[in-house]
Amino acid sequence: MVKEIERAGLPVVHICTVVPISLTVGANRIVPAVAIPHPLGNPALSKKDEKELRRELVLKALKALQTEVDGQTVFEK
Amino acid sequence: MIKVVHYINQFYGGIGGEEKADIKPEIRKGTVGPGMALKGALGEDAQIVATVICGDSYFNENLEEATSEILEMVKEYEPDLFIAGPAFNAGRYGVACGSICKAVKDSLNIPVISGMYPENPGAEMFKKDLHIIETANAATGMRQAIPAMAKLSLKLVKGEEIGPPSDEGYIPRGIRKNIFREERGSKRAVNILVAKLKGEEFETEYAMPDFDRVEPNPAIVDLKNAKIALVTSGGIVPKGNPDRIEASSASKYGKYDIEGVTDLTAETYETAHGGYDPVYANEDADRVLPVDVMRDLEKEGIIGGLHRYFYTTVGNGTSVANSKKFASTFTKELVSDGVQAVILTST
Repeated sequence: MVKEIERAGLPVVHICTVVPISLTVGANRIVPAVAIPHPLGNPALSKKDEKELRRELVLKALKALQTEVDGQTVFEK
Repeated sequence: MIKVVHYINQFYGGIGGEEKADIKPEIRKGTVGPGMALKGALGEDAQIVATVICGDSYFNENLEEATSEILEMVKEYEPDLFIAGPAFNAGRYGVACGSICKAVKDSLNIPVISGMYPENPGAEMFKKDLHIIETANAATGMRQAIPAMAKLSLKLVKGEEIGPPSDEGYIPRGIRKNIFREERGSKRAVNILVAKLKGEEFETEYAMPDFDRVEPNPAIVDLKNAKIALVTSGGIVPKGNPDRIEASSASKYGKYDIEGVTDLTAETYETAHGGYDPVYANEDADRVLPVDVMRDLEKEGIIGGLHRYFYTTVGNGTSVANSKKFASTFTKELVSDGVQAVILTST
């Protein structure tokens, strides 16, 4: 899906846990996530801290969308 | 006696489904699960001395640690052959099988083999490194996969000559071999061309690799005025899954209106995905599709706006062809709705 979105002309950032799969699939902007069943959350944290964690990940994804990339780029943790 | 160590996931190990996908690796003596059939197919010259079982999520979330932990376990049994799977179209399982096979091959220098459906991401990642028997996309193909894996693995361990992929049943590895042919190249090329012109079947001698890469689009310049859409393969749907998106091998995607929605709650949203433990997403679907945070950012003026609809499907054994079709269809809508960028989340 990520490749088709990109092909249609929209910049897209892939937030996912298993980065090697994302690289294989062909995403260009990749933000590593927390865990497979909760990529943008962590049930071990309080609601407030968890939302803060999610906000940081989304902000990182937005940052990736504002960054020019030349080929596949992983925006590390 | 050929000593074999077999690798399987928590499901085939009989430990549990997705709720147990986070278990750490363990090793047991003898055969477990599909190892029984494998034992029969390998015959009397080989013995499965031990079976490693590891949770698919644990492996994929901790690629390096899991690989080195398992490698240590395998070493102790001093195997002559290492077999992983078959993983069919299970993505995390395929990645685990491929990673551990490659590590065992590199570090112990013994033959390794796995089995996967060609669309498994593990196949694409590791087909150049090891022999991966081509299997069906689901466990119904076990009866065909096991004998093929056993046969090729015995050839490998005995040092016999390995034929081309079409003869042995493995996924092409991109290796070229020089052979003698009766007719010279120019004649064969003309024959192929003539067959092509006649519309007859022909087999190329030089298959072109399939490099389907898409160049990245330019970055967003004006985030404050950009409309961003959320898309997920994590199967988030309104509670009750109104369009009945399948838990695996999805044949459709959903488009849902989130106007006025500021938070996804356990009462209103859930996941339809059958390939990961749904507990956390069902408790709070924002953990997969961050609507709550996007609304905050919208209110604070950091982004121009969150698109009124999100698009969702279940990325669990879903064919590449379907995924392409879904995304090329809904991206047209996104473009005509004036969306400027997409955040795609995957589990």
